[in-house]
Amino acid sequence: MRHIISMLLENEPGALSRVVGLFSQRNFNIETLNVAPTDDPTLSRLTVTTHGDERIIEQITKHLNRLIDVVKLVDLTEGAHIERELMLVKVKAQGSARDEVKRTADIFRAQIVDVTPSVYTVQITGDANKMDAFLQAVTPLGVLEVARTGVSGIARGDKVLSL
Amino acid sequence: MIARFLRDEGVEYIYGYPGGAALHIYDALFRQDDIKHILVRHEQAATHMADGYARASGKPGVVLVTSGPGATNAVTGIATAYMDSIPMVVLCGQVASHLIGEDAFQETDIVGVTRPIVKHSFSIRHPSDIPTVLKKAFYIASSGRPGPVVIDIPKDMTAPTERYEYVYPRKVKLRSYNPVSRGHTGQIRKAVELMMSARRPVIFAGGGVITGRASEALTALAHRLNIPVITSLMGLGAFPQNDPQSLGWPGMHGSYESNMAMHHSDLVLGVGVRFDDRVTNNVNRFCPDARIVHIDVDPSSISKTVHADVPIVGAADHVLNEMLNQIGQRTEAQEPLDEWWETINAWRDERRGKLYEPAAAGEPLKPQQVVEAVHRATHGDAYVVTDVGQHQMFAAQYYRFNQPNRWISSSGLGTMGYGLPAAMGIKLSYPDEHVVLFTGEGSFQMMMQELSTCKQFGIPVKIVNLNNASLGMVRQWQDLNYKSRHAHSYMESLPDFEKLIGAYGFKAITVNTADELEPALEEAFRSKDELVFLDIHVDPREHVYPMQVPQGAMCDMLLSKTERT
Repeated sequence: MRHIISMLLENEPGALSRVVGLFSQRNFNIETLNVAPTDDPTLSRLTVTTHGDERIIEQITKHLNRLIDVVKLVDLTEGAHIERELMLVKVKAQGSARDEVKRTADIFRAQIVDVTPSVYTVQITGDANKMDAFLQAVTPLGVLEVARTGVSGIARGDKVLSL
Repeated sequence: MIARFLRDEGVEYIYGYPGGAALHIYDALFRQDDIKHILVRHEQAATHMADGYARASGKPGVVLVTSGPGATNAVTGIATAYMDSIPMVVLCGQVASHLIGEDAFQETDIVGVTRPIVKHSFSIRHPSDIPTVLKKAFYIASSGRPGPVVIDIPKDMTAPTERYEYVYPRKVKLRSYNPVSRGHTGQIRKAVELMMSARRPVIFAGGGVITGRASEALTALAHRLNIPVITSLMGLGAFPQNDPQSLGWPGMHGSYESNMAMHHSDLVLGVGVRFDDRVTNNVNRFCPDARIVHIDVDPSSISKTVHADVPIVGAADHVLNEMLNQIGQRTEAQEPLDEWWETINAWRDERRGKLYEPAAAGEPLKPQQVVEAVHRATHGDAYVVTDVGQHQMFAAQYYRFNQPNRWISSSGLGTMGYGLPAAMGIKLSYPDEHVVLFTGEGSFQMMMQELSTCKQFGIPVKIVNLNNASLGMVRQWQDLNYKSRHAHSYMESLPDFEKLIGAYGFKAITVNTADELEPALEEAFRSKDELVFLDIHVDPREHVYPMQVPQGAMCDMLLSKTERT
């Protein structure tokens, strides 16, 4: 099953490499990874999506918790949560395809954020399924480049991940 | 600042080797008398010395090396300590801050190199951070599940342009590191209920009982419930082997009765063990009828290889005492274990007197009988250190351990060359005890340069070289799995050990046949102040048995060259 694990990490050099290294060292898989500072400058928030059965996920969370730099951790998929990813896609936009890209972007509530005579750059946010669906829709029109941020997530309701 | 901190932390010995990036620290050591520095001949030896000291004393061993090759030479010793959860603090010199990343002379990213084999690591970024970072390192290394901590110290950090006030930090707090001590009372109750109602229980105790200083509690619990005790290789001595409830150690070369008992048990109470592959054999066939209670201070050890029915995260000492406490308050009777003990005793009887065939007077010795003779010569209470291979297994099988912290061996990583420096680290701190190294001519030659360190600092360890002129364990596997094609497992061109040891000014005695053994041992163990090397030529055809059958259950064993279960 796919899991989204989000953690607060000491904002120290080397902390990220410990997390990433753990995954390769113990043969766990990382599908996406997203990391940025938080409102507290001493902490970063790191989110990974990974696949595994219950035993593997338990091992992943235990080993992550064992890292001294990991301050707090949550498996968002254990409860209701919001998952978002941002993607920028350059699509060929010439001739009849130009309108088709625009229409598809509208259907997905994506925005065209850069325009040249031959290319549209589309920005889209949503969960991973929506990204995949949009890519599938525009692939026949000619996708030139894709940049995805990886998943970020947060629990629904009053639950918070903080110190 | 580093030297002052080490003194205030109560460090007596540090083991190391100087070099450019560490010279400021070495200069500070020169100008004080509290800490004794032991100059090794290779940095790997420094880490093994610290490791041996840590295993015998329970306190973290301290290593000091320079940047680049100094630090990379220490890697094997750090990995050895990591695999066996041994507390160690490794101070590594580093090139000056402004040179980092420029491929400067003797620069290595040692924090990066050691990342997967340390409990944690630090880089000093400001000279004033030194006391706090060192305190954190000692705290992390020695608390919870212990392990090695590396500190990278750029050269400019140890020669600051300004002066900083030094205050010894008595305590440090880390917001992301709070090792648990107390186990969950409800989980303990569940475990106790299982223990009271089990018909075929076993206790499986490991290194965690020794590091957690829980031998007494373990022994009390085992006696209270009359449960047979099996210790892992790391746990040897956690429960006295001369106790009738001791079944020895299990696994690949474990005793027949311990493997049989564990396989047929209906409850395994694992304490401070990690159910590693050398014990479980094929995990899918591991203990088919048993419920597993697993006590460990490290949650990630629990259900890693074997699913725990009752996981208990906590320090062994606390959890075992709480179990005793709860048992005392219960009114129901324990399920009788008479039948279980009858079965176990029958297994014991099956193999009694059949373990190996001792050599007669004029024949080459069997390694097993050498270990038994050394046990007698040292009254069974020496610190026993080993290298890795057949001799290690023979030592574990035939030297019976009745106290914790006396069996010192690289169990997890299996590091050849570990033995001599580890023995030296122990002898320095326990000069009045016999420290015996069982080694083989293969392992010994990996670290024999340390004889020079023994000479410089007067470290009189006893070295028992079980010389079979081959890499015995490799040869055994080749005999069993490769139709005796002995690819590079032979040791031709061995040195004349008497001359070699003599070159350092030490005594060596060669033993060729069984009748020569006793007089040689008598001479070797007469005094505790003399290094003696016994070069004992043993039968090279001997195999270590029992030996678990690959992919089998625990109870599937070869018992000798001709018998199997």
